[in-house]
Amino acid sequence: MNSLVPPFDLQQFFLGPWNGDVAGSNFWIVLMGFLVTTACGLVGNYLILRRMALVGDAISHSVLPGIAIAFLISQNRGTLSMFLGALAAGVVTTVIIEIIHKKTRVKQDAAIGIAFTSLFAIGVILISIYTSQVDLDQECVLYGEIAFVPIEPPVKFGGVVLGPLPVVRMGIVAALTILLIWVFYKELLVSSFDPGLALSLGINATLVHYALMSWLSVVVVSAFESVGAILVIAMLILPGATASLLSDRLPVIMGMTVVHAALSSILGVHLATWLNCSSAGAMVVMASVLFTLAWIFSPHDGLIRRFVFRRFLRHEAPAVAEIS
Amino acid sequence: MPMLRKNKAVRAAIFLLGAGLFLLLAPSAQAAKIGDLADLNFADQILRFFSMKDPSVRYALLGSIFLGVSCGLLGSFIVVRKMALVGDTLSHAVLPGVAAGFLWNMSKDPAATFIGATIARLLGTAVVSLIKQTTRLKEDTALGMVLAGFFAVGICMVTMIQHLPTGNKSGIDKFLFGQAAAISEGDVKLMGIVTLLSVAVVLFFYKELLITSFDAGFARAAGFPVQLIHYTLMLLLAFSVVISLQAVGVVLVSAMLITPAAAAYLLTDRMHRMLLLAAGFGMLAGISGAFFSFLGPSLPTGPFMVLGASVVFALAFFFGPRHGVVMKWWHHRSRADRVQRENTLKSIYHVLEGREFKGEGVSLRELADRRRETIEEVQTQAKDLKRKGLATLHEEGNLIFLTPDGWLRACSIVRNHRLWELYLTNAAQIAADHVHEDAEKIEHVLGEEVVRELERRLQYATKDPHGRPIPSIEDIQRGLAGLSRREDLVGYGKRS
Repeated sequence: MNSLVPPFDLQQFFLGPWNGDVAGSNFWIVLMGFLVTTACGLVGNYLILRRMALVGDAISHSVLPGIAIAFLISQNRGTLSMFLGALAAGVVTTVIIEIIHKKTRVKQDAAIGIAFTSLFAIGVILISIYTSQVDLDQECVLYGEIAFVPIEPPVKFGGVVLGPLPVVRMGIVAALTILLIWVFYKELLVSSFDPGLALSLGINATLVHYALMSWLSVVVVSAFESVGAILVIAMLILPGATASLLSDRLPVIMGMTVVHAALSSILGVHLATWLNCSSAGAMVVMASVLFTLAWIFSPHDGLIRRFVFRRFLRHEAPAVAEIS
Repeated sequence: MPMLRKNKAVRAAIFLLGAGLFLLLAPSAQAAKIGDLADLNFADQILRFFSMKDPSVRYALLGSIFLGVSCGLLGSFIVVRKMALVGDTLSHAVLPGVAAGFLWNMSKDPAATFIGATIARLLGTAVVSLIKQTTRLKEDTALGMVLAGFFAVGICMVTMIQHLPTGNKSGIDKFLFGQAAAISEGDVKLMGIVTLLSVAVVLFFYKELLITSFDAGFARAAGFPVQLIHYTLMLLLAFSVVISLQAVGVVLVSAMLITPAAAAYLLTDRMHRMLLLAAGFGMLAGISGAFFSFLGPSLPTGPFMVLGASVVFALAFFFGPRHGVVMKWWHHRSRADRVQRENTLKSIYHVLEGREFKGEGVSLRELADRRRETIEEVQTQAKDLKRKGLATLHEEGNLIFLTPDGWLRACSIVRNHRLWELYLTNAAQIAADHVHEDAEKIEHVLGEEVVRELERRLQYATKDPHGRPIPSIEDIQRGLAGLSRREDLVGYGKRS
């Protein structure tokens, strides 16, 4: 048991990741984690609002066969083919869920469960049959290999080295996510909160739904390599859920999502260095810790505040009522 | 127990056999591909599987059957309680428990794994309900967070274990996707115990489970311990997920809960039949998964089981006798065809009525004018009538004669239409020029009894609100020939 958890040394915990030779690669890991969590978290906010958190889970699983088939067809790990495969898979998942749920009496939750497990199973089987041709392994599918990010071939633009390919790609996706949300802010907001109003304003809610799902699959696939299928769901939900415990306003929630992303990726790397475990897993653990802190201490809705308020109701309020 | 009635069991067994045959025939197509890559003697492997001389094959098979039965049974309750994704979440949440159980004595001890996973799962359930109660986050968000948070802790622990000197050989990563071949005798015993327990609980508390699943409010009012039953079910669910881990893996266990039960849900309306079917489907999926993963050296079991279950679901989805998409489409098609035929007959009647039933044949042109359609459209409709024996075609298909059957149908449709119009104007006080659309729809679905009742209520009226005669039974039976021969045609529906 002792050898499992190394002794905790505060100085080592804070300085460990930034020590000489590992500092460079840890920088890229933190940046990658931050970009993934930002992009996922921003899209995830809308999933939470629309009560589709678990559709995000479904899509993050079902992009796997899309990627595997794209690999098999194009025989390389090109960004474009991967995106196309994932897009197709995302749309197919959404359509399958809709069909099962509309055409039969199976409820939506069961439909989600059936759709993504089937697609994920197909993906895993494809990967295990064509192991030699698909450059993915089964574990990587689940929790990713963010540690490999720094050694990916760097991208040069006009003679300037920008950084490893996945980081640059994720950076572009994150920037596009912010841009799209900014441009279509009204449409997303209205259709998430009040589909009826959206219809009367001439916003096509179905189109918005499919567009959101498609973009979700793009974000998921670019995050896939680094955090894997299952941890994507954490990045989708945890930042938004944490932020929504702290505020009521969507713009504030968006801002806090980004802060949450930065904190959890930095702390995650520290944790991973200390415990010598999967970086992506550690980031999610730290994201959950942040959520727990918000849950307990939130001035808005936190457990402590609730407790105090309930005590006030029980002891003080009757007295106040008597005086008045 | 009603579920032991013979004929139902026999019918279920026949269905299962059929589905089993399909799944057994399916591999031949897939086989060649896997064989090429795995470089294995294929026939030998298959023989080894079916001869069951190998104890590992026997354990794998037995284990798959056990897990299929218990997951199918409990999954049925999950599906009808709309808790499908609770199952998904909590099956991911067992991973840290599995890792902790492994740490207990650094080996895959079934008992330690079982206890650790059960604790993790119950903890997950508690956190979900706590988040739901104390924050304004919705259930799906809470589920997603618990899923991800617990799973991440589990992943961290698994990677830490793998970095230990002894960890790499431990096979703990097999818990992610499952490997039925790794099932040991101890595992099978545990699976057997859990399956027996689930079957026993479902048999003895069938009524309680049924009533709390479908009408919790009523169950509470009737004094059933709803919460207790809920937690018992969750505990059993935790057990059956844990025993499935070895074979299916953490990631896909939920499919074994949801998919067979959902397939059964499509096929029947009775809970006991659904339970039987779901257990059967689960078994089938389990066996097929164990079989396929046995064929190659590195093929995981879980995904194949899940795919087996998905195939069963897809079959039920398309070909289910009552809720299947194909059957629904077929019913819809045949209904649409019937409505179309009846409308054509009605138009023919109107044409005949327009010329006071003189001359028996109706030309395509007359019909086309009446229906405001092209000759080609009317022609296909006429051919359809002929195929159904409602009309005969003459003069190269240009003249339509109704057969006695066709005449009967035409009259009864017109009668339904006009009776309904009259009923709406008389009883519901709707203006006479507003009743046509409604009657146009209802004429196709009025049954004989309703028509009798309408006639009684309308005191055997003979004219509709627009002043046109309502064909009476006598007119219908007298036939078209009798009508056209009548000289004094003053509303042929007039009774003498």
